[in-house]
Amino acid sequence: MATEFHNLQELRHSASLANKVFLQRDYSDGTTCRFQTKFPSELESRIERPLFEDTVKRLNIYYAEAEKMGGQSYLEGCLACATAYLIFLCMETRYEKVLKKIGRYIQEQNEKIYAPRGLLITDPIERGMRVVSFQLLLLLCVCVRERQTKKNKDRDEENNIDRERVNSTHV
Amino acid sequence: MSAVMMTRKVRKWEKLPGKNTFCCDGRVMMARQKGVFYLTLFLIVGTCSLFFAFECPYLAIHLSPAIPVFAILLFFFVMAMLLRTSFSDPGVLPRALPEEATFIEMEIEATNGNVPAGQRPPPRIRNVQINGQIVKLKYCYTCKIFRPPRASHCSICDNCVDRFDHHCPWVGNCVGKRNYRYFYLFTLSLSLLTIYIFTFNIVHVVMRSVNSGFVKTLQDTPGTYPFMLVCFFTLWSVVGLTGFHTYLISLNQTTNEDIKGSWSGKNRVQNPYSHKNIINNCCEVLCGPAYPSVLDRRGLMRDDLSVPTSALSIVPGLCLQLESSYGAMFPLQKTTAPLIPNEHTPDDAKPSMADSAIAHAEKRSPSPREEKLPTLPKSSPTPTKVPPLASPETDAEASIIAKDKAL
Repeated sequence: MATEFHNLQELRHSASLANKVFLQRDYSDGTTCRFQTKFPSELESRIERPLFEDTVKRLNIYYAEAEKMGGQSYLEGCLACATAYLIFLCMETRYEKVLKKIGRYIQEQNEKIYAPRGLLITDPIERGMRVVSFQLLLLLCVCVRERQTKKNKDRDEENNIDRERVNSTHV
Repeated sequence: MSAVMMTRKVRKWEKLPGKNTFCCDGRVMMARQKGVFYLTLFLIVGTCSLFFAFECPYLAIHLSPAIPVFAILLFFFVMAMLLRTSFSDPGVLPRALPEEATFIEMEIEATNGNVPAGQRPPPRIRNVQINGQIVKLKYCYTCKIFRPPRASHCSICDNCVDRFDHHCPWVGNCVGKRNYRYFYLFTLSLSLLTIYIFTFNIVHVVMRSVNSGFVKTLQDTPGTYPFMLVCFFTLWSVVGLTGFHTYLISLNQTTNEDIKGSWSGKNRVQNPYSHKNIINNCCEVLCGPAYPSVLDRRGLMRDDLSVPTSALSIVPGLCLQLESSYGAMFPLQKTTAPLIPNEHTPDDAKPSMADSAIAHAEKRSPSPREEKLPTLPKSSPTPTKVPPLASPETDAEASIIAKDKAL
């Protein structure tokens, strides 16, 4: 089954036909970026709850790290102000570094855990940091095709048996 | 198939909704009306040029050469902050794509239940608790999203902006989460520059008058008066504005919230975003992390134009929606999700759906959607019924929304 999903790009093309489940933001702590860890009922049959919660918690930890107000962010802010923010033309901000880390993490999670279960997570940055979307892929259509070919095979076998029976009766 | 497909690669900013103008291939983002911004530029550059031309030579010789040097540094800082405020993305929230909009609509329908015919449905509000305070999130009919806390829709730019402060015509852009600190530093440094120039203007006139008399000084330096006048009037407005924003920052409020009186203390409503400490509030606003833009302006996307060569007519109202960098396109009307074969689908429906779906999955470049959706046999059950996407007229909160947009 893993070989069916070796190319995530193709998956995303086909995923445009699929259903999507959206995980909303959790604003209980203010405007910092956090996503709800409530397990959506649509994913119950697709993925185990602990795996899902682990992923979302990990994402929340990464976003908290990006938005953390501490010595490093103040230093970055003051240094940038002193250079009239021209330093951002040469340097990557801490937030951007963490976003890249998040992108790699989501890619890894998709390849290892979600794609084999017929799901695909979209990076929240592509949706304006509003939602984490889970795309339900057409995993079932592959199963259907296999089932169909199996059905055809069975039907052919039955036809062969009938033909033999008919032949034997004729004889 | 009797249609000719023309595909070209475009940058996403070319297809962004909203009333912004983009320059430098999407690197610069401003509002449409830029006239007042050009006036700001002219006033700053003009005043400083006159100061450097007429006052600085005398002051450098008779007082100190550090005076023009500091003025130059301050001038460059002001210009850098102004351009940074004007050209950057203020924190625009991208509009919801059709699937997300439909998902939200379905959630709203589920919450509201059955509305009796003839009655207006209840206003679209989501209540969230932030630091012990109930905050109402309003639904934006233009962007089809529930606005995050502190976000507001700017009617001039036609975008929802995160931590919306105000739309400033002087900088030709909205002021929001991403560029508020640049805006504040611009007003602060401009106040300092104006005070600096005004002070040294007076010093220059006094020094010359001591040497050659007041009247002769006025005759010798006619260039002084226009920009002294400009400085004088600018001083009061800019210093006043800086003072006002310093007050807002110390309370961690936005101009929008201040105008609406969101946290005025009436009905025991407190600002849930404030750290209750002036220094912490200032640090958060001015020295917090530099938020990235969530609006991908320079990403590439495919622009598919189908030119029918036969009598086939394209679905009326077909318009190309912005999608992620994967390049799939969705017509505006096609909000229903196609039926995905599952255990409840009748057996005869499955093969045709599976085959057409697989054919689509194997295709590398997507074609216009109206030709490629899987064809459903008539006996198949319909997908979950999608409510029509609402408009403000059908909602009880229409008047409030109109007021919101006007602000």
